[in-house]
Amino acid sequence: MLAPENLRYSSDHEWIKSEEGGRVRVGITDFAQDALGDIVFVELPELDAAIEAGASIAEVESTKSVSDIYAPVSGKVVEVNDELNDEPQKLNSDPYGDGWIFVVEVQDQAQVDALLDAAAYGELTEG
Amino acid sequence: MTKSTPLHGLHQSLGAKLVPFAGWEMPLQYEGVIAEHLWCRSNAGLFDVSHMAVIELWGADAATALERITPAGITTLAVGRQRYGLLLNDTGGVVDDFMVTNWGEHLTMVANASRRDADMAFLSQHLDDVDIVERPDISLIAIQGPRAAEAVASLSTDGPELIDEMVFLDNRLAALATGSGPVSVAVARSGYTGEDGFELAVDGADVQALAEALLANEAVKPAGLGARDTLRLEAGLCLYGNDLDETTSPVEADLVWSMPKRRREAGDFLGAARVQAELADGPSRVRVGLAPGGKRPVRDGATLSGTGHTDGSAGTVSSGGFGPSVERPVAMAYVHPDLKESGTELEADVRGKSVACTVADLPFAPHNYRR
Repeated sequence: MLAPENLRYSSDHEWIKSEEGGRVRVGITDFAQDALGDIVFVELPELDAAIEAGASIAEVESTKSVSDIYAPVSGKVVEVNDELNDEPQKLNSDPYGDGWIFVVEVQDQAQVDALLDAAAYGELTEG
Repeated sequence: MTKSTPLHGLHQSLGAKLVPFAGWEMPLQYEGVIAEHLWCRSNAGLFDVSHMAVIELWGADAATALERITPAGITTLAVGRQRYGLLLNDTGGVVDDFMVTNWGEHLTMVANASRRDADMAFLSQHLDDVDIVERPDISLIAIQGPRAAEAVASLSTDGPELIDEMVFLDNRLAALATGSGPVSVAVARSGYTGEDGFELAVDGADVQALAEALLANEAVKPAGLGARDTLRLEAGLCLYGNDLDETTSPVEADLVWSMPKRRREAGDFLGAARVQAELADGPSRVRVGLAPGGKRPVRDGATLSGTGHTDGSAGTVSSGGFGPSVERPVAMAYVHPDLKESGTELEADVRGKSVACTVADLPFAPHNYRR
């Protein structure tokens, strides 16, 4: 499965991309979308919500099952991908691009640094 | 020990995602549930259903005997015809649902894999005058969709007419051409997707050659259990374990059509007292279609509330998910009879969130059977 080198990863199969202004963009990995199968519904986190690392803040639902999306880091939700309301299948077709789910203004950069790198995430999904 | 069908190797070579199901390792999907579902509705999907139980009933009075434990019409079933029926326990609950064919010398039932042991015990208990023969050597494949007939007919070594002239619920023996020569197949024009199509019963030694011959047709693609579930749900068909169980009656399940008037009036079958009482006085709950508003799927187990029936007392969702053909969530539920009319507005509790739903006519996707 594809896991780009420039991203960080959570053990809950999310990718985290550092962006300008202390923000990170979050989505689910190629491994996750493949395991879930066809995604038919995404419940986005609330804009401006304060989130705690590890808390369930969104849901992704496939033809088979419902999965929680956990906050990979603490902070504030500053953007959500509204297009997923009408086109949840973008999580399958472009998990690292148009399938992004939300952007967080990070509270503590150390939480980002502590996430898995591509090699470590690769080991997790190979194992 | 997980069992696998003779098509296990073929599934692997086709890239299937294999999952445990009722003690079997079965293909959940190949390309993807939605793609397989849509392909089946517009072309033809090939499903391995070899995990299902094939049970023969032998004996001059097998049909009369079977009528003791089912309200379906069995003695009236013509040779070469198939019918849907329910096995009922002594309290009128559904032990299993099944298809049965009259082959003249014997009856052949096809029943749910998950109910194999329960069915065999139940049949043995009640049919001591019948020779009950399980046929694990027979494999089953379903080919479903508007182009299923052309795919099957093109393999008929006695000409395509033999298949083309069949109508819904006909069952006949045919020789179908494969890469290993012609194989003998019981061809039933039936299925569980709402589409025209066939269920093919064939010796397990021949099933791979038959599947490969069908898949060689550009109209045919493999489809897994995931698509089978979304197809049957859109078609408003019951899944045992979700929509039917040993506490559910045929009247509650809205399967009164599977009980001919002769049987309903005579009440000469196990569980008849409850069936007749519910026909006279109405059941305490009834299966309906449910259309969730918005995009969030409402799945089995979600409780329902409605006018006069608050706090989840209106009923419970028995099956639900996304309907790829109708492009929205669809569900079936058991609700209080006050709330069964189409258009009735209900609220489903989906993990603490309220989802507005409307009682809807079944099926969600029209049946396209060849009548």
